[in-house]
Amino acid sequence: MMGRTIFIDPGRCIGCQACVSACRECDSHRGKSMIHLDYTDPGQSVASLPTVCMHCEDPVAPCAEVCPADAILVTADGVVQQADTTRCIGCANCVNACPFGVPKIDLQAKLQMKCNLCYDRTAYGLAPMCATVCPTGALFYGTLEELQAERPGVQVADSFAFGDVVVSTGVAMVVPADKVQWPVPGGLPVVEVNGVDVR
Amino acid sequence: MTATDPAKPAPLPLDPAIAPPGTRNFRDAGGIPADRWHADQNGETLVPTHCCFCGVQCGMYLRVDNAGKVFGVEPRNHDINRMRLCPKGINAYQQVNHPDRLTSPLMRRSRYEEFKEASWDEALDFTVSEIRRIQAAHGNDAFGLLGGASLYSEKTYLVGKFGRVALKTRHVDYNGRLCMVSAAGANKLAFGIDRAANPFSDILLTDCLLIAGSNVGECFPVMTQYVWGARDRGATLIVIDPRETAIARTADVHVPVKPGTDSAFFNAVLHVIVEEGLTDEAYLAAHTTGWDEVKKTVQAYPPARSAEICGIPASQIVQVARMFAGADKAMAFHARGIEHHSQGVENCLSVINMCVATGNLGKPGAGYGTITGQGNGQGGREHGQKADLLPGGRSIMNEEHRRQICRIWGIDEADLPPAGTSMMEMVWQMQRQEIRGLIGICNNPFVSLPNYGAVKQGYDTLDFHAQFDFFLSETAANAHVVFPVTVWAEDEGVMANTEARVVKHNKAQEPPAGVRTDTWVMCELARRLGVGDKFDFAGSREVFEELRIASAGTVNDYYGITYERLEATGGIAWPCPSTEHPGTPRLFEDGRTYHPDGKIHMQVVEWHPPMDAYTEEFPLSLTTGRTVAHFLSGNQTRRLGALVEQTPRPWVEVHPSHGFRDGDPVRVVTRRGSEVFPALVTEAIRPDTVFIPYHWPVPTAANALTIDALDPRSKIPEYKVCAARIEAAERVDEVPAPPTAPGRQAYPETQVSRTDPLPPTSSQGRGTAERS
Ligand code: SF4
Ligand code: SF4
Repeated sequence: MMGRTIFIDPGRCIGCQACVSACRECDSHRGKSMIHLDYTDPGQSVASLPTVCMHCEDPVAPCAEVCPADAILVTADGVVQQADTTRCIGCANCVNACPFGVPKIDLQAKLQMKCNLCYDRTAYGLAPMCATVCPTGALFYGTLEELQAERPGVQVADSFAFGDVVVSTGVAMVVPADKVQWPVPGGLPVVEVNGVDVR
Repeated sequence: MTATDPAKPAPLPLDPAIAPPGTRNFRDAGGIPADRWHADQNGETLVPTHCCFCGVQCGMYLRVDNAGKVFGVEPRNHDINRMRLCPKGINAYQQVNHPDRLTSPLMRRSRYEEFKEASWDEALDFTVSEIRRIQAAHGNDAFGLLGGASLYSEKTYLVGKFGRVALKTRHVDYNGRLCMVSAAGANKLAFGIDRAANPFSDILLTDCLLIAGSNVGECFPVMTQYVWGARDRGATLIVIDPRETAIARTADVHVPVKPGTDSAFFNAVLHVIVEEGLTDEAYLAAHTTGWDEVKKTVQAYPPARSAEICGIPASQIVQVARMFAGADKAMAFHARGIEHHSQGVENCLSVINMCVATGNLGKPGAGYGTITGQGNGQGGREHGQKADLLPGGRSIMNEEHRRQICRIWGIDEADLPPAGTSMMEMVWQMQRQEIRGLIGICNNPFVSLPNYGAVKQGYDTLDFHAQFDFFLSETAANAHVVFPVTVWAEDEGVMANTEARVVKHNKAQEPPAGVRTDTWVMCELARRLGVGDKFDFAGSREVFEELRIASAGTVNDYYGITYERLEATGGIAWPCPSTEHPGTPRLFEDGRTYHPDGKIHMQVVEWHPPMDAYTEEFPLSLTTGRTVAHFLSGNQTRRLGALVEQTPRPWVEVHPSHGFRDGDPVRVVTRRGSEVFPALVTEAIRPDTVFIPYHWPVPTAANALTIDALDPRSKIPEYKVCAARIEAAERVDEVPAPPTAPGRQAYPETQVSRTDPLPPTSSQGRGTAERS
């Protein structure tokens, strides 16, 4: 987990899509939103949760690993950038490689686009647009300590198992305090909570 | 009308420990943001202002380019919202330079003609001659005026004055009548003051939060952070709502009462509180009148009886009573869900009785509140555009109050008209030709009033109808004259939010050529009507100075509030009687109310059934509400691409027990009419209830189906319950595009999915996927 990062707390999400609208306002892909809002239990409940890029750390971002054109840069602070426009060939390898379904491809422009953690804002010490506006704090930007100071007892996970492969991410997810090993939406068991292996 | 003592900015007291979660201790009232982000390639400026939409009044910056045009939004670290915004707030800036903006007056001499662009002189002269003609033939009261609660308070003050002084008519009312007048009426009866008792930040300090009839997540999204913050600190959450909304989903108790049974529920809760000895007798003895009668009345509401009326388990009533009364500090919030009823005032009084009986008032973390719908729903009625109110919340029936206002306005007491009728009643008067001419200012009754058939008939019967608006609304498209006026970012002014905190909006750009402020148009009409000397205002600031003086000494005292103080503090809650006064964020801290005896006047409430009777033919309850992407009649949000894409069309929410599948065309029939919507099948609603969001015009208008029954005291329509049935249909009704001025193409981006007959995509995705 990076120092300052996004924490996703699905328990707070009200499905308002302010994050989706805010993402469109970001200067790095103005007019297009890089957030997926998923509904976990349609027809039964209004539950929803946003998916932003998880900024995988270990193994180093699968999207970047498979990119034949070396278009996806990972910065020293762990941010997985969107494809470099001068290099991307629009092959969509990254789309297939991402375990979280994050990158989007503009086939006409032959260009991949994804969340780059609002690098234009975070580099100035501001929070990313989505986490800034999220009216409920379902998207929170800060350090784990800051999150825990505000939400006592909160537990987060930043490793996810896909079969035998475990992916550790820069972005973390809040998990229920009384259920450390819990299938996250999509059916993946949480393997690490607040940095502790719970398998 | 002169500015008095120069204002000394006095910072509002703010407890730094009370900050919504995720916000830490930063504070920025309105000057240069400490954490400003310089996207300076274009030399852009950030203009601090507030969102134009709901009663939360989130602070925001408008990004203005070096040509002086608004082109974006930047979150602002204001006390109320601490950077947070909902999708409406984020997209609001797009309406400022929207291609659908009206930029020239539109005019036609009869409804059989097409609209033509006209000069301002032509349009104003025609309007004035029609006013004169109608009033000469049928009396002054044959001309009506309907204002709006999205206007700045200065403009709402001017609407009231223009109606009484220039038009000399008793028929002045406003669309806040459709919003929170039930709560206003109840608060006035019980406390002698018409506003919520506590600031948002008190929610963070409470131990038990009860929310009744309010879909906070969708209607007041930014308030949710306070609710979740209270949960973080261990508060319990009780939600009363026929639907399982985003807030209800995580509540400790969700009580899905049947629409129209709220006071039966709250009376039963109070019954249990009394039975179990959980009342605060010392508080009741010291501060209230009428408690004995209330106590006697609730005896007739044992949980078993109310459980049957409300269609819920009796155990929930007991649970809620113990949770609320057992908490150290408890708060109750309500909104349109319990207010939009033919017993809306009584519903609110039954909530107040519960708070008062448990001594939950006047303390940090304990109190009550009504959540305002429109941005200026609170401020919009305080200064005289409501049929029975004069500036400062004075009563138009009170001799002394009339005398005071006539002195300020410089008119003869005999010339001040008596009280008029409410918005819906005015429509009935139009049908009967008692009202023959009308000016509407920033309202859209063709979508927002109940029983569309009656509304259309009423407006069609008018001899003359003028509207002020910046987009051609469905109502304006039916008028004889349309005046193109400014959007919020092109003028300055104040609004009072849900907390009764007055905030200042700033001007971010010049209006397009041909567009005037509402203030200018009203003053110009007044001048042509021969009373220009009473309307000599250059802009909002001068109107505000007169408003301050007109409110001085009343309960709604704005005297101590100045533009300078608002800019320095980020908002001041009224009453604020002097420029040294810090404002009154929390009411009743000294135990005194605003009644002359200083007591809380508790009122007896008896439940009675909704006006539209259930029969075999109409067995279901139809209820209506909002979605997060749209605002009220949708005249603004139905034109913004991102919001249209998020929620392109209305739907009817039905329980799976009716046998429909997602997207099936379902005809909803009431005694007023029938329309076909795609079904959204979900277990998050009561089996005996169906829900339709109301932001669209016919043939997809919830309000073509709702009933125009009114609360006898507040005259609010009973939007939230009427009898209905549903049946299978062939195909869904198409969503019409919003009207645009002649010679203009509708903004293509807003057409996304507009006539798409596919399954509904509610803002919250209810039922968008099939379950096996
Ligand atoms: S802005 Fe926040 S609450 Fe709204 S959909 Fe996004 S994550 Fe959920
Ligand atoms: S609509 Fe209301 S909650 Fe949304 S940004 Fe505007 S003021 Fe805030």
